[in-house]
Amino acid sequence: MTGWTRHQGLAVGLPFENVDTDQLIPARFMSAPRSEGYGRFLLHDLRHDANGAPIRDFPLNDPGAEGASVLVARRNFGGGSSREAAVYALADAGFRAVIAPSFGDIFAGNAVNNGLLPARVSEADADALLAATPGDLAVDLEACTITAGERVIGFEIDPVWRTKLINGWDDIDLTRAHAQEITDFIAARRAARPWVWPHGVGS
Amino acid sequence: MSTSLTLFDKIWRAHEIHAREDGASLLFVDRHFVHEGSHHAFRKLAERGQSLAQPELTFGVADHYVPTRGRGKAIADPAIARMVSTLEENAARHGFRLFGLDDPRQGIVHVVGPEQGLTLPGLLINCGDSHTSTHGAFGVFGFGIGATEVAHVLATQTIWQKKPARMRIRFEGTLAPGVAAKDMALNWIARLGTDGGRGAAIEYAGSAVRALSMEGRMTLCNLSIEGGARCGMVAPDTTTFAYLENRPYAPQGAAREQALAAWAELVSDGQAEFDREVVIDAGEIAPIVTWGTSPEDALPISESVPDPARAASESEATRIRASLEYMDLRPGMKLSEIAVDQVFIGSCTNARIEDLRAAAAVLAGRKAKVPGLVSPGSSLVKRQAEEEGLDRIFVEAGLEWVAAGCSMCVGMNGDIVAPGKRCASTTNRNFRGRQGPGARTHLMSPAMVAAAAVTGHLTDARPLLEGRL
Ligand code: SF4
Repeated sequence: MTGWTRHQGLAVGLPFENVDTDQLIPARFMSAPRSEGYGRFLLHDLRHDANGAPIRDFPLNDPGAEGASVLVARRNFGGGSSREAAVYALADAGFRAVIAPSFGDIFAGNAVNNGLLPARVSEADADALLAATPGDLAVDLEACTITAGERVIGFEIDPVWRTKLINGWDDIDLTRAHAQEITDFIAARRAARPWVWPHGVGS
Repeated sequence: MSTSLTLFDKIWRAHEIHAREDGASLLFVDRHFVHEGSHHAFRKLAERGQSLAQPELTFGVADHYVPTRGRGKAIADPAIARMVSTLEENAARHGFRLFGLDDPRQGIVHVVGPEQGLTLPGLLINCGDSHTSTHGAFGVFGFGIGATEVAHVLATQTIWQKKPARMRIRFEGTLAPGVAAKDMALNWIARLGTDGGRGAAIEYAGSAVRALSMEGRMTLCNLSIEGGARCGMVAPDTTTFAYLENRPYAPQGAAREQALAAWAELVSDGQAEFDREVVIDAGEIAPIVTWGTSPEDALPISESVPDPARAASESEATRIRASLEYMDLRPGMKLSEIAVDQVFIGSCTNARIEDLRAAAAVLAGRKAKVPGLVSPGSSLVKRQAEEEGLDRIFVEAGLEWVAAGCSMCVGMNGDIVAPGKRCASTTNRNFRGRQGPGARTHLMSPAMVAAAAVTGHLTDARPLLEGRL
C-alpha cells in the first residue's frame, strides 16, 4: 500500500443513511478472486434493476459521476459485516475517500488498511457537501480538511489511522519489529495461564 | 487516577504486548477462527510466502457456503465446492484443525467455538466475521476483523487495536414470559440506533442479564455489532462455568481449577467507570419485530408501521420512506397485519438448542400456514434436537429440517428468499437483499418466528405460548 497526503478529484453523492456492506457488495460476488477486480460489484443491487439494467437516476450511474474518486454519504456508512470486499469494491472502482457523519467500525478499519480514507464530518457539513455533488473537491490528510470551491470543512479521523494512511504502513511489517516481545509474551502467558491453550492440543 | 478496572480493561491489559505512543496497542490473539470466506486472507499470506504463526490456536469451520441439503453427497455448485475445498486445502497446508463439511462437530463458527470449549472467559478471540462479538457471552473480548487483519493474525497471532470506549448497558428487573434475549438486543438498538454503540466495548449487566442462559447471552452479545459496537460482553459466572464443564477443548482437572480461580477475577470492579451507561427496565420489554431495512427499525409487535410524515427530521423521513418502499409496507398499518410468505429459523444469532426449543414450544401440535426452513446452528445442535424430538415437531408443522450452516442468514450457499418475498427470520440483519436480491426480512425471536409461521402474519407469540412455557 502506498501512502498519500493530498487528493483532488470528483465527488459523487450517495444521500442515504445506513449504506451497509451488504449494499456495497452483495454476498454472492465475494467468492471471486480479487485479481478479477471488484469495481463492477460496487453497490450492484442498488445500481441495477431486477433485470440487471442500470437504474438511470442512481447517483453513481449519472454520466457526470464518471471517474469519481470521492463518495459523500449520510450516517452509518459501511455498517454491517466485516467483509473487506466492500472496500475492495470501492477501491477497485477508483475511490480514495468516503465522507460521512459516521462509519461502521470494522469497515473504517478495513478502509484504512486499503488506503481508503473514511473522513468523518458533521451532519450539516455532509448535507452541504452532498448538495455540491457531483463536483470537484480536495482532501488534505495533513490538515484534515476538505475543500470544495470556497468552502473548507474540517474532518475527523483517528490519528493512528491518519498516520497509517499517510505512510502507507503495512501492519505485518510493523509487527515484525516486535517479534521478540511477542515470543516473550507467549512464554509468559503460557506459564501463568496454561489453561488458555486448548485442552489436548499441542504440547 | 483509579485502580478500579472494568471487565474490559482487565482483558485488554492481559493481552497487551506493546503500547505504541500514538495509542495503538499490539494485542495477543488467543483464538483465531477462520471459514470459507477467509480465502482473501490466505491468499495474502501466500503472496507474502508466509506461514501460520500459531496453528494450534487457529480453528477452521465450514459454515458460510455449505449446502444445508444433500449432506454427505458431492456439492453440486462448482463455485461453492471450490470455496469449501479451498478451506480444506488451507487447513492441510497450514496444519490447523478444521471442522469441515462432514465433521460431526461442524456448524456455524460462533456456535461451534463455545460448544467445543474453545471459547473461554478472559480470552481475546478474532474471526473474519462481524458476529465474533457472540463470544463475549463468556467474558471474552471477541471482535470481527477484515481480510487484511485476518492475514495479520494468521502471520503473527497478534492484532493492532486502539482502545475502544467503555459502555455498559444494564438490564434491570425480570423479563416477562415469552420475551427473549433477542428482544433485549433489538430494544437497545432501536433506542440508541445502529451507531449508538459506535466502536465501543459494551458490557451487558444487570439482573436480567445474569438470569440469561449462555444461549441467551450469546444472542445478546451477537447483536452488539448491529448497534455499531466493537464487541459486547457479559462477566462470567456460575452459569458460564457450568456450561464449560467437560467441553472437549476446555481446561480439565487441575487446569480447570486454575482457570476457575482466574475467571473469578473477571468482573468490573465496584468503582469502575464507564464512558457511557444506559439502564433499561427489562420488565417493560415486549416482543419486538423489525419493519424496515436496518436493525434499528424495530418496534414492539403491538405497534404500527411508522409514518414518514411524523419523522423527526427530513433525512429520517427519507430513510423511512425508502425502507417502506423496499419492504412494501403502508405507514400506519398494524405490525400484526403484515403477512409473511415464509419463515427461517437459523443463524449464529438464534439457532442454538434453546432457540429451537422456544420455536418448538409454539409449533408443537400446530401447522404452519407458510413454508419455512429450520437450520440448526451446528451438527451437534441438530443431533440434540433430534434426540429431543424437536425435528419431528418442525416437520409435522410443515417446516423443512435441514443441516447446519449460515444458510438463509446470508444466502451464500444458495438458500435464499426469492425477490419480493417476505420472511420472518431469527437472523441478525434485515438489510436490503441480505437474504437474497429483493428479499424482505423481518427480524424477531425464535418464538415470534414460529408464531408468524402458525398464523401467517407477524403476531405476538405470547398467547400461543400460554400453558406451554
Ligand atoms: S450465521 Fe450469518 S451472521 Fe452468523 S456467521 Fe453465518 S453469515 Fe455471519
